[in-house]
Amino acid sequence: MSPSADTSVVTDGINWLQHQRNRMIVLMVMAAVAMVIPLVANNYMLEVLTNAWFYTILCLGLNIVVGYAGLLDLGYAAFFAVGAYTTGILTSQFGINFWLTIPAAVLCSMLAGIIIGGPTLRLRSDYLAIVTLGFGEIVRIIARNLEITGGASGLIGIDRPSFFGIELSQGIHFYYVFLLLAIFACFVSYRLQNSRLGRAWQYVREDEDAAEAMGINRVGVKLYAYVIGAMFGGVAGSFFAVKMTAISPETFTFAQSVLILLGVVLGGMGKIPGVIVGAFALVLFPEIFRGLGSMRMLIFAIVMLIIMLYRPEGIWPRKQS
Amino acid sequence: MSTLDIILQQLANGLILGSFYALVALGYTMVYGIIKLLNFAHGDLYMVGGFVGFLILSAISGLLGESWAAIVCSMVLSMLAVGLLGVIIQRVAYRPMLQAPRLSILITALAVSMILSNGVMAITDGEYLAFNTDLSFDGLDFGNVFISYTQLALVVSASLLMVILYLFVNKTLYGKAMRAIAIDQDACKLMGINVNRIIAMTFFIGSSLAAAAGVMAGVYYGSLHFSMGFVIGLKAFTAAVIGGIGSIPGAMLGGLVLGLLEAFGTQIPFVGSEWKDVFSFGLLILLLILKPTGILGKTEIERM
Repeated sequence: MSPSADTSVVTDGINWLQHQRNRMIVLMVMAAVAMVIPLVANNYMLEVLTNAWFYTILCLGLNIVVGYAGLLDLGYAAFFAVGAYTTGILTSQFGINFWLTIPAAVLCSMLAGIIIGGPTLRLRSDYLAIVTLGFGEIVRIIARNLEITGGASGLIGIDRPSFFGIELSQGIHFYYVFLLLAIFACFVSYRLQNSRLGRAWQYVREDEDAAEAMGINRVGVKLYAYVIGAMFGGVAGSFFAVKMTAISPETFTFAQSVLILLGVVLGGMGKIPGVIVGAFALVLFPEIFRGLGSMRMLIFAIVMLIIMLYRPEGIWPRKQS
Repeated sequence: MSTLDIILQQLANGLILGSFYALVALGYTMVYGIIKLLNFAHGDLYMVGGFVGFLILSAISGLLGESWAAIVCSMVLSMLAVGLLGVIIQRVAYRPMLQAPRLSILITALAVSMILSNGVMAITDGEYLAFNTDLSFDGLDFGNVFISYTQLALVVSASLLMVILYLFVNKTLYGKAMRAIAIDQDACKLMGINVNRIIAMTFFIGSSLAAAAGVMAGVYYGSLHFSMGFVIGLKAFTAAVIGGIGSIPGAMLGGLVLGLLEAFGTQIPFVGSEWKDVFSFGLLILLLILKPTGILGKTEIERM
């Protein structure tokens, strides 16, 4: 096949995807595949895919901050940690039902978002990157040194939740839980993207001064992005805690924040399918290349650099209007 | 120990820590001043500097032993090597990105930082390297306060480097060009200044200062680890912000202030040293909120 024929197939494909109806078909097929896969997958595949959906939620959350609002957040793992620890502490030490801890986790992560974002979002974007980095470290160090968070060894023996009498304990349960959460996250992201707020984010991202001149409350709009992103992290953290039944401060390192950021950057900042592709690449790549071991992060970093230099919009970028 | 002794001892500790911070902060501030880039990889250059110094020291220890002469020699060579590395990084990763959106260049810097730290991790297998020197443990003994000659030499050489830098930036034509680019790059181009070369030079100087600090830290702490650049990078950034980012005397002052604050911070009752990092990051956040221009920074006027 000649290269030109190849391109025309791609162009045809893209044109075909332009239609809303065709897009819905693709989406439906993909959702159906995602629903059916656990019936044929073995435990290992199930675990990996669950993890991929989990990272999809985190990446979509960070995407709101980085992709939509254009703010660099290097401490996203902190929100994930706040959610996980809120649920962990409330269920294991106060015996509160898991489902009741979710609102608490959302509230706490939102609060963390406001505390850190409120005063710092006025600053230049590169200062924000450093502040979020520092904040991420602070949260981790606090978790490591407090008694209520179990210190360096973390919290263990977090109860598995039950859902209408069924205890969520098997891999397949959590696969569906995270799949549903990821679909929900996609839906929320999609609705936000096309909302008034989404357009304001885009405006602020492209030209902050012009946006402000147009009457957009620059700091307020950024704070929304920050807090909503934090909520995604908090919810994901909550479910993470009950899935793992144990959490430790070493899960929430700077490397974790960078990994989530990489997922967003890899696929294409600000575009939902891109972010999903990025999250899956993030999880599947090390599984496929298991032999690499400690070189994994090095290769990720090189990939990230190459993407930034040659394809700064990511693998599947957002359409420019 | 009396209170006065504790104060004097912490003063000494703080000054040593502060001179490391100041040396690393200088690189941050110079690069930020000239191209408004927050070079995340800077802390890792410090780490690489330590490792390169170690390699050179082990290579030449047959000739010179592990004496002062050998250490100074390896420090200078490490400064040259890492300075060059800084220039290469600037050329390969940052120069093509200068016109790109801010977010892209920050992510690029982050990627470079990860490449350096994970590269060293892969080479060293993540192990600690013992930085052996046969420096004596003698020193000046003031009753209960003890300052070793090594500590003294570190502070003196750090100060020497800073004085040289200060003279270079303020008294030479190159220094003048650097300051001019920080103010208006386009005007400098029109005036016939080779902007790219001066930017490369800034990276060279900043990176070599970080390398010097890295070798000094290796000598002082006696061990090296690939992750040592991360925290010091953050601390040095804090120092640069305390002093006012973009200002060279500010970075020196900020480094010393942060070093002293940390040294005395560990003396606050009920606050153990495990909270030291929380203390300095908290300070950074507070400072950025209250006075983002720092002690010596100029207020930036944004023109539309």
